[in-house]
This record gives sequence, C-alpha cells and structure tokens, in this order.
Amino acid sequence: MKIAIASGKGGTGKTTLSVNLAVFLSETYKTNNIVLIDLDVEEPNSGLFLNGKLISSESKYRMIPKWNPEKCTLCGNCQKVCNFHAVLKLGKKIAVFNELCHGCYACSELCPTGSLPMVKEKMGELKQFEVGNINFIESRLDIGQEQAVPLISQTIDFVENQFDDDSIFIYDSPPGTSCPVIEATKDADIVILITEPTPFGLHDLKLAIETMDELKQEYAVVINRANIGDDSVEKYCKERNIQIIAKIPNDRKIAEIYSKGELIYKQIPEMKEELKKIGKYIFEMKNGEKR
Amino acid sequence: MKIAFTTKGNEWDSEMDPRFGRTEFILIYDEEKDELTSYDNRTIADVAHGAGPQTAQKLFELEPEVLITGNGPGGNAATVLKEAKVKIYIGAGSGTVKEMFDKYKNNELKEFAG
Repeated sequence: MKIAIASGKGGTGKTTLSVNLAVFLSETYKTNNIVLIDLDVEEPNSGLFLNGKLISSESKYRMIPKWNPEKCTLCGNCQKVCNFHAVLKLGKKIAVFNELCHGCYACSELCPTGSLPMVKEKMGELKQFEVGNINFIESRLDIGQEQAVPLISQTIDFVENQFDDDSIFIYDSPPGTSCPVIEATKDADIVILITEPTPFGLHDLKLAIETMDELKQEYAVVINRANIGDDSVEKYCKERNIQIIAKIPNDRKIAEIYSKGELIYKQIPEMKEELKKIGKYIFEMKNGEKR
Repeated sequence: MKIAFTTKGNEWDSEMDPRFGRTEFILIYDEEKDELTSYDNRTIADVAHGAGPQTAQKLFELEPEVLITGNGPGGNAATVLKEAKVKIYIGAGSGTVKEMFDKYKNNELKEFAG
C-alpha cells in the first residue's frame, strides 16, 4: 500500500503529517512494516523529527552523455534529437550541458559513430534508518544537481525492492505540481493532499487536484490549520465530491512542538484523533483493495 | 565588426528585449558593410527548457564579436558565448537599438563579467 502525502502549496504540513502518521500507525497498529520515505530530495526534512539509527548509505548516480571527439563527424544528429538542448554543436565541438540532460539516451543511441557514450554522474545519497520499528529512507540531492526526478525514481525502486509488498509506504512528496511531484505520486495507491483553508491553499489545491485527475490518481484531502481562513476549501471539496478525511486544528502549541522537532500527536490529543481517522481510512482502503 | 542586439523588432528604432535566451529577435549590425540584418527568434517561446543555450548557439553561428543585451545570459548560455569569444555588454534592456548602439560607442555600457 503506497500513500503519497502531497500538496500544491508548500508549507501546508506534508512532512508534519507524514512523520506523525508513520509513527502513529506503527504504534497503534503494532506493525513493523511501516516505511517512511522522504522524496522531497531537494530539501529532505522528515529526518529532523526522527532519531534514527543509520543502517546503510549509498551514492546514487544518473547517466549523462560524454563527448568523445575521436570518431565524431560533427553531423549534428545529437543536437537534433535532444528535446532539452542539452547537447549543442558549437563549431567543431559538441557541448553537453549536464544540468539540462534528462538522461534519455537519444543522442548516445542515435549517434552514428558512438561518440557520445553515457557515463555515470553522482547525483545524491540514499540513506536508510531504523526509527523504532519504522524503516525510514531519505534521499538527498547533491548541491548543484538540478534534477530531482531521477533520484526520486531510483529511491522508489530501492524501497520497492527492499521491502515487502505488504508494507505501508508513506511517501513524503515534494511540493508543487511539476515533474518531481508527478514522479513521487504517479504509482501511489492513494494521494493525500494536505492544504490549508485559505484562498492560497484553495488555489494550489485546485492545481494539485487537476494534476491528480490528469494522472487518474485517487486522492483525498486533509485540511491543516483548520479554523483559520474561510470555508472555501470545504465548499469546493463538497461541490467536487472530494472526501476530506481529517482536519488538523490550528494551534500555537503545534507550532511550538514542531519547532522543537518533536512529534505533535504525542502531546496534542486532537492531532491523535485526526490521525486515527486517517489510519482508519488507510486500513479500510488497504483491506478493501482488490488486486 | 559585427554587433548583435537582443530586440523586439528588426529596425534601428525597435525596442531592445532585456531577455537573452527568450529574446524575440537578434539584430546584427555589420559595421564594415553598414548593414542591419535580423534573425526571428520568436519560436523560442514554445521551448520549455534550454532556451538560453539554444539562442546562444544561434549567436555562435551568426558570429558577432559583440553582444548588446539587457540582463545578460545565464550560466549555460554564457558558456556557449565564451566558446564563441563574444564580448557581452549588459544593462541595455530598455530603449531603442540605436540609443543602445550610441551608448556602446560612448563606452557607457557595462561589460558582462560572467
């Protein structure tokens, strides 16, 4: 069961929900098959709330073309087939812009003289931690690397190989609605969209919903900082027949606990109540799953 | 000497385009021939990624010695222009091509440091 926690708007509580939900589920259901994965590889921060024991660490690589001038006839085929202008013919040279390369192999495979072999480039680190009986995976993009998608994709492959299919995978996703979010959510069984009840929250929620509709994904909404703003998010969800599974209250104490890097639900009973609702929703879905 | 401008039109009185990669036109003034030619770059609007290097490559082919533009190129485009040994002058994003040419002649434009 794969649950992606996502949002259109940043800072609405994806990590807060992911971390609290993971620990809550493992405690409440006495299960040791919870896997929390921080897929916000540009700035992973789930780990700030968890004191884990490092189990393993590995470098992750992506493949990019490297020009070998020896046999190159400067035919320019490589730049023609590159959709991202990552390969350019400049006079008597072929220049490769690593940051623009999406690793599709087209220039390399279609080069008539084999002058653009693909080579490894390190893009980040994947770390595996044990936090109580939770498995926590964090991937972090190296400084200077611009593309999150290959690392997200490899991280998902890693967890799928490493853990039982029966596990509950919680993907703490990146914010927004662009490629990294799509990579993190496209294979999830359910996407939980967390938002806040403000005009900004609604605006970005609509974008996220549009994206999920396009992906034909199932999703439900959690409202964070309920009771601030207005009722436009609730109205919208009602109109569109979108289920709101929980409402996390707005409480200064939550912010204080968060700022200390502690878990909210252990100190705020209302948070625990809301997590119960989400847990119930997840297990009902898991048990009702037809595969 | 050939001088390139990023512009919104193809005449001396056209407005400059402050953008490099997504400039609408590239105007080339050939001083020896006293001739103004233009390249229509407007299809770049459909390009989602890599507009900078693509425009820079065009410039590479047009072979100007000097580029007069507004904000200056980004990192990738700058790499290409360096390869082409183009001298880049910035801060000429608003006003007409003629006005910016005069400013260049009077040494009033700042050279792009990269």
